[in-house]
Amino acid sequence: MLLLLLGQSDHTTHTGEQSDMKNCNYQQIDPKALPMAVPSQSHPPSQHEVQEKEERQPENERRKPRRKWQVFPGKNRFFCDGRIIVARKSGVLPLTLGLILVTTGLFFVFDCPFLVQHLTVCIPVIGGVLFVFVLTTLLQTTLSDPGILPRATPDEAADIEKQIDESGSTGHQSPPRTREVVINGQVVKLKYCSTCKMFRPPRTTHCRVCDNCVERFDHHCPWVGNCVGKRNYRFFYSFIVSLSFHTAFIFGCVTTHLALRAQGGKGLVFALQKSPGRYPLHGESSISFTFFNSFMSYHADPILSLTVPFTAVELLICFLSVWSIVGLSGFHTYLVASNQTTNEDIKGSWSGKSGGETVINPYSHRNICKNCCSTLCGPMPPSLIDRRGFLPEDGCVQTGAGDLELPALTTGNDTNVVGRKCTQGTKGLLESAARSPLLSSSCPQGKPQPVQASTNNHLIVNSDPSLELSNICATTHSTTHSSPPRQTQAHSPPPRRTKTHSPPPRRTKTHSPPPRRTKTHSSRKKKPSTVHIPDPGSGDPAPPTSANAHHQHHHHHHHNRSKSRGVSPRH
Amino acid sequence: MAETHSLQELQTPPASSKIFIQRDYGSGTFCRFHTKLPSELESRVDKQQFEETMQTLNNLYAEAEKLGGRSYLEGCLACLTAYTVFLCLETHYEKVLKKISRYIKDQNEKIYAPRGLLLTDPIERGLRVLEITIFEDRSIGSSR
Repeated sequence: MLLLLLGQSDHTTHTGEQSDMKNCNYQQIDPKALPMAVPSQSHPPSQHEVQEKEERQPENERRKPRRKWQVFPGKNRFFCDGRIIVARKSGVLPLTLGLILVTTGLFFVFDCPFLVQHLTVCIPVIGGVLFVFVLTTLLQTTLSDPGILPRATPDEAADIEKQIDESGSTGHQSPPRTREVVINGQVVKLKYCSTCKMFRPPRTTHCRVCDNCVERFDHHCPWVGNCVGKRNYRFFYSFIVSLSFHTAFIFGCVTTHLALRAQGGKGLVFALQKSPGRYPLHGESSISFTFFNSFMSYHADPILSLTVPFTAVELLICFLSVWSIVGLSGFHTYLVASNQTTNEDIKGSWSGKSGGETVINPYSHRNICKNCCSTLCGPMPPSLIDRRGFLPEDGCVQTGAGDLELPALTTGNDTNVVGRKCTQGTKGLLESAARSPLLSSSCPQGKPQPVQASTNNHLIVNSDPSLELSNICATTHSTTHSSPPRQTQAHSPPPRRTKTHSPPPRRTKTHSPPPRRTKTHSSRKKKPSTVHIPDPGSGDPAPPTSANAHHQHHHHHHHNRSKSRGVSPRH
Repeated sequence: MAETHSLQELQTPPASSKIFIQRDYGSGTFCRFHTKLPSELESRVDKQQFEETMQTLNNLYAEAEKLGGRSYLEGCLACLTAYTVFLCLETHYEKVLKKISRYIKDQNEKIYAPRGLLLTDPIERGLRVLEITIFEDRSIGSSR
């Protein structure tokens, strides 16, 4: 049975080590059960939204090497074999796209011909450039990794737990789940994220909607359907600024169009001007005739008759949205200039006093120019989650919470573990133990790691990829489930926060432009649950009273989490 | 933690343990690691050597994240092209990351592997930690 399990594994990714693997394996597993590995790296899984489902691969069948995005634990969806990442809930992104496309389309169809004729040909050109810019930046904001921090490997998690326990036992006054660092003279508290099992770096927040820790978390924007964080803030900012210009431009053009039309249809205006006093019913026939003519011509021409209603629609949309968009741009310009995030601004982290001392923003460069440049023109950090890297051969990427479970796993409770059908996990661990050279094979950056030639490191195996499955083997553990699912409750319900600052919708919303500090934009939320997640505190329940409860807590949490995600707990 | 499985004992296993060098946030969110030699490694590697390695790494990361003329130019160019240039070209940061990978590999080969240590590139841990694996020579599980 054990051998069979071993035999089921595959995920050989590199041909070079395959022979080694087979050699190693022959000693202990049934040769017949060897995987018929097809280590074609060029054969990635089909393009479909897989998310984090580790589907149960049919035994002894084709082993396609899997990429890390397929086992990504957060709530994201991937397209194009991991090249594109979006949040699972797209919020009102279709509405945003629809409004932009429709309004711009109407503009080009109904306004441009007239304006080109009467004014200049530059108008559609400028409109086109702005439109392309808006669309590109919107797509980049939506489809890029906002700066997701991969979850801690089991070893890291264990190390941190150990440190926490040690510090807790010495009776520190601060709760053991926080660390304090001094950044540029300012004391900053780092919180422990129990989902990701690590102390969050400064300015990092766990987004409840996406279930990821995001660096330099600004907010989760339902209008773009993604978090806005370190990596895509500049895209987001460019988007709202260009959208402001675009909206204002269309608004101006439409107003001009209508004004010119009204002027051109002189009869109408003339008649209207003259009508009150001098419009007899049957006299003054020239005037009435002119009026009649223009009236008739207006209704006779279908394009003309359509133009005004559609143009009026455009005008309405632009008028309503220009305030909100421009206001939002102004707000974010302020944030950029002071090097703050929306999250910090809302919580008032760097304003006011804390404990009698004035707090200052430790990240600000004290220079508006430098702040702007560092935020918008700084170096582009790479994506840390390595979506397209290959999983190590064991298939069970990590046991994200499995710091304590890991030894249990490896010390031979295979069948026990398998009790939850973690076949892949078990076989993976043991197999990878046997096939240590392959550890290096799935190095995310494609570079083979040196050494490890003869090291049996089941631990390394599990730690290698930077993506961990926090629920796979953890859920397989028959470890305790006694603790109540506090964590899931923290995660699953929609954020309670009154959408203090949800970035106002692109269009169709009348609301006053946000003054600097009031984040009370009334917003027409389509999906309240996705609106705005400025509040990080998701993964931080009260510190557990004991290490045991804590660990149980984690197990249960992961167990529930995987369940709540609809992932059948087994592969 | 690194308890060896009986099955694995048939195989190779020098058992191993891991220690983690955490990030140093003293100067902000820039990528820096603590340079102090951990106590577990004191017997294994020279303190100065280790600090030199860490310092070089920190310098490389600082170079990647440096705000200077080059990064501004890159940023402005990207902005003008609606950031599509990021899809095509390799950024300065990525280039430096490759340099860091080569450096770590080099250090592993020259200095750390002979001492039974292995540095893992922090990028593979999401730039959270620098993981050092300690290989025991005997297959005695060293639960850490």
